[in-house]
Parts: sequence; structure tokens; C-alpha cells
Amino acid sequence: MAETISTHGAAGAAPHLDYLEDPKGLWSWLTTVDHKRIGLMYMWSVLFFFLVGGLLALLIRLELLTPKQTIMTAEQYNRLFTLHGAVMVFLVIIPAIPAALGNFALPLLLGAKDVAFPKLNLASLYIFWIGAVMAVSTLLLGGVDTGWTFYTPYSTSTGGGVSLMVLAAFVLGFSSIFTGVNFIATIHTLRAPKMGWFEMPLFAWGMYSTAVIQILATPVLGITLLLLVMERVLGVGIFDAQLGGDPVLFQHFFWFYSHPAVYIMILPAMAVISEVIPTFSKKTIFGYKAIAFSSVTIALLGFLVWAHHMFVAGMSLFAGAIFSFLTFFIAIPSAIKVFNWIATMWRGSISLEAPMLYAINFLLIFTIGGLTGLFLASLSTDVHLHDTYFVVSHFHYVMAGSNLTAFLAGMHYWWPKMFGRMYNSRLAAIGCGLVFVGFNATFLPQFVIGSRGMPRRYYNYLPQFQDLHVASTVGSWILAAGLFLTAAYLLASLRGPKTAPANPWGGRTLEWEANSPPITHNFEGQPVLQHGPYDYRANPAPVGVEDAH
Amino acid sequence: MTTATHTGHAGDGNSKFLQHHFREMGQQFEAAKLGMWLFLVTEVLLFGGLFVGYGIMHARHPEAFMAAHHHLDKVMGAVNTVVLLISSFTMVLAVWAAQTSRRTLCILFLILTLLCAGVFLVVKYFEYSHKFHDGLLPGKYYTHQGDTVPGQFMFFSFYFMMTGLHGIHVLIGMIAILWILVRAIRGDFSSQYYSPVDITGLYWHLVDLIWIYVFPLMYLIS
Amino acid sequence: MNWFRDYLLPRGAASHAGEVDGLFMFIIYLTIFFFFFNGGLIFYAVRRWRRRSAGETTPHITHDTRLELVWSVIPLMVVMLIFFWGFKGYVKAWVPPNDSIEIVVTGKKWVWQFEYPDGTRTLNDLHVPVNKPVKLVMHSEDVIHSFFVPGFRLKRDVIPGRYTELWFTATQPGKQQVFCTEYCGKGHSDMLATIYVDTPEQYEVFLREGDEQVRKMPLKELGKLVYENKGCATCHSIDGTRGQGPSFKGIWGHTVKGADGKDYEVEANYIRQSILSPQAVVVQGFEPIMPTFQGLLREREIQGVIEYIKSLQ
Repeated sequence: MAETISTHGAAGAAPHLDYLEDPKGLWSWLTTVDHKRIGLMYMWSVLFFFLVGGLLALLIRLELLTPKQTIMTAEQYNRLFTLHGAVMVFLVIIPAIPAALGNFALPLLLGAKDVAFPKLNLASLYIFWIGAVMAVSTLLLGGVDTGWTFYTPYSTSTGGGVSLMVLAAFVLGFSSIFTGVNFIATIHTLRAPKMGWFEMPLFAWGMYSTAVIQILATPVLGITLLLLVMERVLGVGIFDAQLGGDPVLFQHFFWFYSHPAVYIMILPAMAVISEVIPTFSKKTIFGYKAIAFSSVTIALLGFLVWAHHMFVAGMSLFAGAIFSFLTFFIAIPSAIKVFNWIATMWRGSISLEAPMLYAINFLLIFTIGGLTGLFLASLSTDVHLHDTYFVVSHFHYVMAGSNLTAFLAGMHYWWPKMFGRMYNSRLAAIGCGLVFVGFNATFLPQFVIGSRGMPRRYYNYLPQFQDLHVASTVGSWILAAGLFLTAAYLLASLRGPKTAPANPWGGRTLEWEANSPPITHNFEGQPVLQHGPYDYRANPAPVGVEDAH
Repeated sequence: MTTATHTGHAGDGNSKFLQHHFREMGQQFEAAKLGMWLFLVTEVLLFGGLFVGYGIMHARHPEAFMAAHHHLDKVMGAVNTVVLLISSFTMVLAVWAAQTSRRTLCILFLILTLLCAGVFLVVKYFEYSHKFHDGLLPGKYYTHQGDTVPGQFMFFSFYFMMTGLHGIHVLIGMIAILWILVRAIRGDFSSQYYSPVDITGLYWHLVDLIWIYVFPLMYLIS
Repeated sequence: MNWFRDYLLPRGAASHAGEVDGLFMFIIYLTIFFFFFNGGLIFYAVRRWRRRSAGETTPHITHDTRLELVWSVIPLMVVMLIFFWGFKGYVKAWVPPNDSIEIVVTGKKWVWQFEYPDGTRTLNDLHVPVNKPVKLVMHSEDVIHSFFVPGFRLKRDVIPGRYTELWFTATQPGKQQVFCTEYCGKGHSDMLATIYVDTPEQYEVFLREGDEQVRKMPLKELGKLVYENKGCATCHSIDGTRGQGPSFKGIWGHTVKGADGKDYEVEANYIRQSILSPQAVVVQGFEPIMPTFQGLLREREIQGVIEYIKSLQ
């Protein structure tokens, strides 16, 4: 994609150490401002919490193997699913792609040396750690049993570590905002010379849209959570019906953030897929502008649909109709993207490496996740399905299935760039298959459990639902097997020598111009754009001005 | 192969304050300014949530809010408004001084801004201690006797949350200005490099602006 | 394809369930179609254009406006259809007919309480007549709950400090399961209720004699329930303290002096008369303030009160 201008001459010069070893030592990592190191530390943190959240999920599934008590009491179960939700949402899904992969890849993709505010970036990581410790230490206060949505007045009347958990989410919001501010400033000011907005890789568009949501929505969540803490500590009255407040107001405030936050979880996933599919189809992306604008559209429309979480919460007929109508519009940009990706594969030269397998995995899971959203956007069917297992399954398809497979796609895609090592691609294919089968085996039955009427957050259930719960629990074991296998071969690859080539997949974006792993300042000199991001022609026409002089 | 070069190595006309990942000072300045504007957007939304909550609760309990706001001291509120407006003006002058390499003036205006901020907090302290004394406290700590209109605690819940959050912002702003002052004394700023003064100024104007909205909402209900 | 619908959904048992089910199945088929459509395209592309050599070149196709319009406009039309379909069903389930039977529902951790127009109360069992519109007026005494009847395809949150409504016309006699669908703590998953959709005859019996629970309850316990629920306790104590009315403690079999100066023995007919026409005999020293319970208590409930008073020695 570019010619890098070396200031050190060509052959013969001493090779630069890669960023993993320059400089060495734990302290150098903890005080680093290098976006790649911060991205990696984010990634290991996210993976750790993914393990925690995943183990909690396995326990939940085990409990649901039988009605009534299987392995724990109702109180323990309620604390468990709350912690599972909070850990997965705030510590895994939201930071997974932007903060881990985005931090690592975005500056490389833009041909920059770093993000705009490297120190802010490091601060974001430390704030993330503080928030994470706060969230987990609620266990010492007896846990939290509110569900991750903290609905009032339950959350203002129950005991345990609710205030600490809510403050943890507040603190984590800052980490999210810092990342968002950083990404927007980076994309605005640090693109490589001659890289116009429409020569940016689509990953950058996805990160940009995500950052817009992070900046516009997170503060509202922040103030909502502060109000909740104030309600608990001072009894300010805003969410308390007995004091003249309104408990449903909390839901409006909460979803004004948390619905856009759903797109914080899916837009980055789409961003990764938009990189992976052209590379492994060896073909330019189909409908670049449509994909770019649909990301921005989703980000903005996402702010107008929050109340579709509240169709049965006693809102007016008119409001329900408006929010349902707007919600349907958000389906369109998602559909456009899916068809564009398939069209990119059409007449391509498709190589089924692990990242591509995960991308296909994503396309299938996201199709189900997206289409099942139609049931919930539509007013009359939502009344039946709201807060049942159907919803649980739907949001796991989108937030967990789609986000997770895209995260894995991205991790497999940039793994050689991150560590300079290749993993075992045969094991990767098996792992991907297990994840696909396991995920669907876990969550497909839950659609039926839900449409038959079983509500979510149920410790005990009627015996008629048991067959499908057993199927779901068995599915969770397959999924876990796939993920443990993935963890095993990825970790094993780190023991090998750094033999990965700079551009193992034949990608055409700037990060493949850097070494694998890159040097601390990414490129030897400043890369200058020579062609568009997905241009696979033999002699591509240069874009932008012909000469930088 | 097209060859291309770029500007931006330290030493070719750029300040020593150029960070390694920027090509030139203009780019760095642009990024810093954009970053601060984005941060200000988040601040506006943070306070926006409180304003919306206040608006909804005011609409639900207009009599209680009306009655409660009479407990506030309009004169002190007005004084504080004027003080903050002056501080914004001195901040503008400090930025101008930094931009035109007038080091002494810059230091002077920063000190004036700090003084104004200090006055604001002192006035706020007297207001708060008066409220504490009368039991005009948020939520369940509201112990004021002799109310004819019930439900006034809600107003004071918002009064303390909004002015408290604003006060925290004033404090953070003072710390930032203090840091800028130290750097100004050290002689860091000149027409080549003044973006820290500039973006601190932006932040300070926002703190001022929020107060401009809080003051009529709280003190001048009609 | 009814088997597929019956596999996915509980049997629809309310007047508007059919429309919801129709839309549900439409989106199900749409989902299945597009899953296999997209999956088929991907599978075909992977088979047909699998990379065979490293040097393969691909056509440089950046976009195709016509094609992109097609796959924007068609989904748009489909979702608009779904919107209007869903909106229609929602509106139908919105405004209850004027002749609805109104039942007050109270949710509290972790029980459902139902109060009928005649003052009868039941716990976790709701009796409604088949083919008659019923309106539930719901509120919560503590946290938010949600009243969900899968068979009716209906759900609405039950919120403290405000009333929400739900109405339905049950079309199938039999039982319907009620779930709480808003997480409310430890007992959330056990906060269940049953709706008994009665035939007109069964409903008559219920109105006359109470639900099965009441019918099978020993008279003394029933009397205690009436004493607590119907307001007796406000004026009549059971521990001998004097209230607005005489205490029930130890009066059975004793003689009381009426305001007219005559003596009356407290026995079954006296109590019965005091309940149904309280002003007939007023005990000396008390105001004639007791309202009549004519029509508010069932025969068996009056007997229950008599038995209860008998037991308070």
C-alpha cells in the first residue's frame, strides 16, 4: 500500500528491535505510552475477564440444567448472572475490539506513529483496571443482585455492593471516553499524508463511529449512575415513586446510553469484518462508501431508539409507535453491510484462513442476530417476547456471538503482526468450527424457550422447559471446548520463534508495511499512501496528489 | 515508485514540545484542541443529564421547587456569576498574552483567574454552610422545619448535585490553571507553543458556561 | 405448518393472539429464508471462488449502485410491512372495551393479588370468564414487576406509584400460566400465578362461592380471612380492647344490652343480622355507624365469621 521512506538507508543498517522487546522489563510496559503495548495489555485484560465471565456463564448454564436448585441457591444465582452481565458488558465486550484491537491496529492502519494522546491512552488503561478491580471487589461486599441494568427501585432497595458496582461502571465510562476522544483526534489529525477520508481503511470508519457513540452516550450513563448512587446514599428522590420521583425515568436515562452502547459492541465488530473479508477474498471491498456511511448512520440512529427496551413499561401508544418505527430503520444499514460483504466475496479469490473462517462465522451469526431483532422491534411480537429467553438469545447472538467471533477474527488476523508468530491453522479451523457449533447449540434452543414464554433471570423454571435447557447447557460445553482450544494454540504459538512475515495474508492496508512485530515507532519513517486501502489490481492507480513535494 | 518526504523532525523549525508522533506543531495543536472540544462535549452531556432530570422533576413539583428556591441567596449567586464571568475574561487575556509571548502578562492574568475561582469557592462555602445550618440538605438529610409546601428536599437534592459537580469542576480547573501557571513561570509558552493555555482556557470557559445555566435554573425560578 | 407454530409458541388463548402469531411466524420464515439465502450465497462463493493459486487476480469492482439500491429498498419495504403489522396488533391490544370486567392487580414480592369488582380477593389465582373482555388495573407495592401471560401474548410492567393497564378476552377455557418478567429479586422465578378461564357456569360458581381455595377452606379460617380482609378489624378487636365497635373476644354465647334496653344473646342469627342489617340492634354505648355487608359477603363467608367469633373465647 505504501512506500516507506527509510531514514536509515536500506540494507546493512542495524535492524530495529521490535516493540515487544524495546525496551524490556515489566516497568517499561507499565509506563509505556506505545499504543501497541497498551493495546496488548488491554487485550490480555479483556481475555482474562472473558475467562472470568465465561466461567460464570458455565456455572449459570450448569445451574439451569435442572429446575429448582442444581448447584446453587437463588441468591447466589442472582449474584452470578449480575456479575456475568456486568463483567461481560463493561470489561469484555465494550473494550474488546476498540480498546484492545483498535489501540493496536488503528494507528498502524492510518500510517501513524501513535494515537494522538498516548498518555491519555495509558490513563484509560489504568482507569480500566481500577474500574475492573472495583467491579470484582463487589464480591467482598456480598455481591450485587440487580442485574447489569440496575433497574430502580430494585437497585435502590437491595443491599450488597450495588453502589460500588455502579461506581465501577462510572469509572469504566471514563476509560471508554478517553479511548473515544483519542480515536477521533487520531483519525482527524494523524492520517498518513495523502490519506483522504475515503482512503481510510473501513476499520477506521468503524472506530470513528464507535468513538462518536462513546463520547455522546457514556456521559449520560455516567450521570445516570451517579444519580443512582445519590439515590442510594442520600435518597434524593428522583427515581423513587414514594418521594415524588419516577422509577421508569431511570430506564429512559439508562437506555439512552445503553442502547447506543449496543452499537459500541457491534460497530467495531463490523469494522474488523470489513478488513478481513477483502484481504482473504483478495478483492476490493464492495461499496466502500455504503459501508462507511452505514456505520455513521447506525451510530446516529442508535440515539433515537432507546425506548424500544420499554414497550411494555407503560409508555404511550404514540411513543411506542415512533420508537418502533425508528428501530426498524436501523436494520437497513446492517442489512446493507451484510450484502456488501457477501458481494466482496463474489468473484474473489477466497482463502479460508482462520480469520476468514471467523468472518464467515460472524456473517452467519449476525444474520440470525439481526433478523431476530425484527421480532423485538415490532410492537405486538415484542409484547410477547420482551424479557423472555428470546431476548437473551437475541442479544447474545449480537453482543456475544457477533462481537466475539469478530474479535476472534481480528485477533487471528493481527496475531502475526502483534507477536510475529503464526498459529496452527488446522487447530484454528477446528476451534472456529467448535465455537460456531457450540454457540448455536447454546443459544438456538433459548429462542424457543423464550417464545414458549420462559422469562429471563429465572432461577427456577417450569419442568416443560427442561429439555431445551439441557440442550443449551450441553452447547455451552462445546463452546467452552472451542474457546479453550483456541486459547491453547494461540498461547502455544507464543513459544515459537518470530518467523511471521510482514504481510502473511497479502493485505493492502498500511499495517502490513510495518515489520511483524513492528518497531516501537511503527514504521521506519513516514509511510505515504500510494493506493486505496483494498486495491488488489496489479498496477493500481495512485490516489491523491501524485507527488508529495 | 513515488518518493515523498514529510516535514516534522525535531529541529526543523519545530518547538522542543513537539511530541514524537506528530509531524509538526500545527498538527499537534489541532489534535489537542479537537481532543479538548470532544471532552467538553462529554462534559456538556454529563451536566445535560442532570439538567434534564432537574427539568422533569421541576415540571412534576413546580410548587415545591418554587418555594424551595426562595431559600437561596440571589445576591451571592449573582456575585458568583459576575466573578466567574470576570475570570473567563482574564483567562481570554491570559491566552492572548501567551499567544503573543507576553510572559509577565500571562502570569498576571492566570493569577487573576485563579483568584476569581478562589472567590467563587469562598462564596460557595458560605452558601453551603448556611444551607447546612438550616437543614436544607439533599434527600433524606433534609431537616428544615416549618415548610408550608412539601417535597422541597428534591430541589435541594438537585441544588447540591448540580452545584457540587460544578464545584468539583471549578477545583479541577484551578488545578489545571495552577499547572499552566507553573509552566508559564518556567517560560514554556510563546507564540510558537501555547496550546496548553488555550485548551485550559476552553475548559475554564465551559465551567463558566455551565454556571451561567445553573444560576437562573436554581436561583431565578419564576 | 401449524406444527411448527405449535412447537414455537404456546397455544394462543386470547382474542388477539392470532394476529401476533401470524406476524411471529412471518418473521420466523423471513429469518429462516434469509439465513439460508445468505448462507447459501457465502457457501456458493467459497466453493466457486476458492483460491487455487497465490497469483490469482480478481476483478476490481468498487460498487454497483443499482444492486445496492435493490438490497436497501427491499429490506426497507419488508421492515415497514413488519412495522405496520406489529403496530396494528399493538393498537388492538391497547384500548379495552367499555364493558370490560375490571380487576385490580397488585404485585408485591413475590405474590400476585387480585381484587374483583365485588371486593373478593384472591392470591395468585385469577378467575376470568371466557369470551368476556377483562381489564387488569395493575400497580406494585414495592419494586417493578411485570405481568406476563404467554398464552395471551400479553405483558405489561407493574410499577410502584402508577397504574398500568392490560386487557384481554380469553377464548379458551382452562388454565393459563402467569409469570413475573421484570427481575424482582430472590423469589422472582417463583412469582407465578394461574389464570383460570372459566365457562360462564364456573364463573357464576366462583362469584357466588369464591374460588376453590376458599370453598375448601375450613369455616373458621375463612371467617378469619374475612375478618382481616373485609374491614371488620378496623372497628372490632379480637383481644378485648374497645374500638369503634364491640370487641369480638368472648362475646359468643353471652348476652349484650342493646341501645333499646333489651338483652340479646350473641348466637348465629344475631351475628347474621348484625352483619346484614347492622342498625337493627346496636349495642349500648356504641354509635350506629356500621355499614351493611348485604351483597358483599357470601353465605359461606357469613358462616365463617360466625365460626370465627365462636372460636374467640
